Amino acid sequence: MSHEADALGLPRGILAHHFSSLERQNEAMRLGMWLFLATEILLFAGLFTGYAVYRFQFPLAFQEASRHLNITLGTLNTVVLITSSFSVALSIFYARTDRPRAAALCLVVTLLFALAFLGVKAVEYAEHFHEHALPGKYYAYEAVKVPGAAMFYTLYFLMTGLHGVHVVAGMSVLSWLLWRTLQGRYSSRYYTGLEMGGLYWHLVDLVWIFLYPLLYLI
Amino acid sequence: MRLSETTDSLAGAPPLETLNYLTDGTTVMSWVNTRDHKRVGVMFLAAVLVAFFLGGLFALTLRMKLLQPGPFLMDALSYNRLFTLHGVVMIFLFLIPAIPGAFGNFMVPLMIGARDVAFPRLNLASFYLYLLGAAIAIWGMVHGGADTGWTFYTPYSSTTPTQVLPILLGVFVLGFSSILTGLNFIVTVHTLRAPGLNWMRMPLFVWGIYGTSIIQVLATPVLGITVLIVAVERFAGFGMFDPARGGDPVLYQHMFWFYSHPAVYIMVLPAMGVISETVCTFSRKNPFGYRAIALSSLGIAFVGFFTWGHHLFVAGQSTFDAGAFGLLSMLVGIFTAIKVFNWVGTMYRGAIKFTTPFAYICGFLYFIVFGGMTGIALATTSLDIHWHDTYFVVAHFHFIMVGASVMAFLAALHYWFPKMFGKTYSEGWGLVAAALIILGFNATFVPQFLLGNYGMPRRYYQYPDHFQALNVASTAGSTLLGFGFLIILIYLVIALRWGARCTQNPWGSKGFEWLSASPPPTHNFDEIPTITQMPHDYRTHEPPGVIRVS
Amino acid sequence: MNDFLRRMLFLPEQASTFARDLDRLHFFVILTTFVMSFLVGTTAILFFVRFRRRSETQTTPHIEPPMWLEALFVTIPLSFFLLWFFVGFNEFVRQQTPPADAMDVYVMGKKWMWKFAYPDGPNAINVLRVPAGRNVRLLMTSRDVIHSFYVPEFRIKKDVLPGRYTDQWFNAVAPGRFQILCAEYCGAGHSVMRGEVIVMKPEEYETWLALQKRGALASRQDGSPTEIEGTPALGNLVEQGKRVAAEKGCLKCHSIDGTRHIGPTWLDLYHRRERLTTGAFIDADEAYLTRSMMDPAAEIVDGYQPVMPGYEGKLTAPETSALVEYIKSLQSDAVRTGPSEGPSYAPLRNN
Repeated sequence: MSHEADALGLPRGILAHHFSSLERQNEAMRLGMWLFLATEILLFAGLFTGYAVYRFQFPLAFQEASRHLNITLGTLNTVVLITSSFSVALSIFYARTDRPRAAALCLVVTLLFALAFLGVKAVEYAEHFHEHALPGKYYAYEAVKVPGAAMFYTLYFLMTGLHGVHVVAGMSVLSWLLWRTLQGRYSSRYYTGLEMGGLYWHLVDLVWIFLYPLLYLI
Repeated sequence: MRLSETTDSLAGAPPLETLNYLTDGTTVMSWVNTRDHKRVGVMFLAAVLVAFFLGGLFALTLRMKLLQPGPFLMDALSYNRLFTLHGVVMIFLFLIPAIPGAFGNFMVPLMIGARDVAFPRLNLASFYLYLLGAAIAIWGMVHGGADTGWTFYTPYSSTTPTQVLPILLGVFVLGFSSILTGLNFIVTVHTLRAPGLNWMRMPLFVWGIYGTSIIQVLATPVLGITVLIVAVERFAGFGMFDPARGGDPVLYQHMFWFYSHPAVYIMVLPAMGVISETVCTFSRKNPFGYRAIALSSLGIAFVGFFTWGHHLFVAGQSTFDAGAFGLLSMLVGIFTAIKVFNWVGTMYRGAIKFTTPFAYICGFLYFIVFGGMTGIALATTSLDIHWHDTYFVVAHFHFIMVGASVMAFLAALHYWFPKMFGKTYSEGWGLVAAALIILGFNATFVPQFLLGNYGMPRRYYQYPDHFQALNVASTAGSTLLGFGFLIILIYLVIALRWGARCTQNPWGSKGFEWLSASPPPTHNFDEIPTITQMPHDYRTHEPPGVIRVS
Repeated sequence: MNDFLRRMLFLPEQASTFARDLDRLHFFVILTTFVMSFLVGTTAILFFVRFRRRSETQTTPHIEPPMWLEALFVTIPLSFFLLWFFVGFNEFVRQQTPPADAMDVYVMGKKWMWKFAYPDGPNAINVLRVPAGRNVRLLMTSRDVIHSFYVPEFRIKKDVLPGRYTDQWFNAVAPGRFQILCAEYCGAGHSVMRGEVIVMKPEEYETWLALQKRGALASRQDGSPTEIEGTPALGNLVEQGKRVAAEKGCLKCHSIDGTRHIGPTWLDLYHRRERLTTGAFIDADEAYLTRSMMDPAAEIVDGYQPVMPGYEGKLTAPETSALVEYIKSLQSDAVRTGPSEGPSYAPLRNN
């Protein structure tokens, strides 16, 4: 336990012994988080590359298959996710203005939005299963028979699937942050943890903002 | 100054000089649950050494088989599995984590005057991810093993009946471990440098690790997603790289090499960092062209991302692409050349002492020039047509991976052994082993260059008879190499247990890592040093064991 | 000199027109490499001898290299590397661009053998016969995994990929027999996936070809047994194509005399510009013909129904190339641009 942390009256264990000041530590955490987000983007970049290559190879199939996705549900999900990004930002705002209960409430709202997103996605998936609009060798969708359509669904499932995994990961992070917020860890003096969680959630949102037009609109 | 938690709790404990990071807590738990970057480094060192000997054993078995052109010792499938395992173990379990994981973890905080890396818990997590990845991969090896080669080229890897899935998952997890290590170092270097240690005073090893970390963070996720797609392809038939479903197997190669070419620099940049440190210490000379060496590390990290296509010259890539990638590959060679000239320049007007680490430096210099220039030769497009996928390529990358990276690893091991364990090893045996290794290495891989010229493709279980003589020569060399490593293992274990206690700075080095005690205490420094000079400033003489920094 | 260096470096015989030029670059590159490592190594040893540590308290001066020296460190190796590259790339472009007058041979790799088929002649397993002194273009594809066609004496190598065609050309200088090796790892039989190129005197080759066309050598096929599954019986590829078309029922829907049937006629189909249902125009080249057999629904010619079943897996690669050759042979006199001037088409896939 650092003396400086004591002097600031921070809860135990927030300032690690090897950092000279809290600012330094926050700076380190932010840098670390941004680097981590960069790796996440590069993880998706592999799939975006695949999308670009196969869209170029099968332009018709991608157009056709994309038209058969449910744009209403896709748009709804986009709205849901953007709103949830807003509520997470709001929760950080409340935390740094020392309103922990409001911050916690906002996190709960975010989690509910995330659940709603997954719910809508599940409905969409169920539809695809029903129509046999499935990737690779399982593809047997009657409506789109253009070759390359199976590849569209391969990418669709890989991209939304990986994004879905990130939504679930983000939800676990947010739940943990909710727990810590309720414990009163975050205040105007220290809210970096919450900020990091928020950044992660924004990334999840951002990836979807790219997926949505690529898969549903164009 | 602020006291750390550990020093608080030490009030009344034995005096600080006798209590170092090794003796501060000796229970198993104190290791398993440690946050100390030095202990994580030591655990990494132990783990990568186990992996190295395992991979080496595979290599020796392969070489034994190649004594005979026909079937011998094992069947084709076992041979194919064995070279896959050799590749996977050596690359993902040894070369990539070796220097950053073991020496980077140990030395970087000491060199920049920090008490730990930025995220000690993450650091430990990175080690456990390494163990987990290794466990998954080894589980896969025991249960059938993969026969794809470490490159996992589709569609072979998505159709072969062997156990590719666990190996792929193991590689995925190991990738995460590597990302976390790299991320930790970048943040550490940015935020935890001691007062006065600006970027242009940073030890060159730290520059090397910094460049490596950038590659680890930016390239490894692409490998992650690539092996993940292949895994999905295997168990669910998504067909992303399957030509029967409209997929493109060459896309896999592009994505794979986008990681795996920079990965070469993940393996070799830290090695270059080690050489930059050791060549200064043993020449007792400031680095010749500090800026050039430091910035070329970043140059390699940057340009290294744009050369992957030189692995695809014969794979059906367009002629234009081949030209572009070939040209860019020439530039990467330049950065290495700058470093080599500056290392040799460092010796100029120095005070050179020939020691075991210096023997490895000499080996390294020769191997990296030869290995590097054959690499450039391979990138001259038309010559690659004859050499591609032959033993010439095998010999070239072993010159870089073993000749450069492993030599540097051994130099680091011998140079920092007193720092890490406070013991001295037998210098005589050290030189014997170094001679054996350098000799054995040449005897193993020079014939392989010739085999490649002769036209022997790699990954050949059986080969036409006229290749036999060179293969026998190579196998003979590999046994020498094996003996060399065995000797090192023996005398280092003896030194660890019975070695004489060394002084705080046995080499009289002015590298910053020698500012702390050897072995260092858990909190590294009683007082964080203030740095007022460049590392390796030998203009003045200080009595051994003391370095004036402020 | 050439021969001495070649033997020193264990390079195989120079049996193609590329080999000599390539080896010259090879010698230059390897010699510079030797000189360079020797110079660096010797300098290090000289420095070690000259600047040995004389006492344990020795100090050294602080030396920074002048800018011109660092610039030299960059420019000297860079100029060598660029020189290598430009010489090498020039050669590479030559190797990658088949001349227009090249004769074609279809190559199919499969685990673990090579199959060769001549557009106007026989086919063979593991033995490729070519005339000396003539440009030969190989059109290569794989039936399963990636292979790589490698003839060390010719200094040629090209990956053979499933799902697309790659090409490689060479010109063998003198008669002889050379081993074909597979250079891309392809499984348990990778190291025994070997074949042979037999370079014949041009007149001997013509005789051999004529004999093959007459089927006189039908029973004496090179290499292994003829009963490889899916291999059409020997003979002219066009003849085989005719037979395959009849056997597989192609002619039930496609006419060969220009009349419109359920499917488009085959007469003059080759290199016809077709309008697809999507509105796009396409050149009916080998690639399109092959695609239409494998996956007919993909690109339907305007005015026709997507009723043709896909032949993916029902036609073997030799059958496919036989059919393509048959279709190519169906040219009405009106559009024939001249006597068979050999294939003048571009590479099947331009990368």
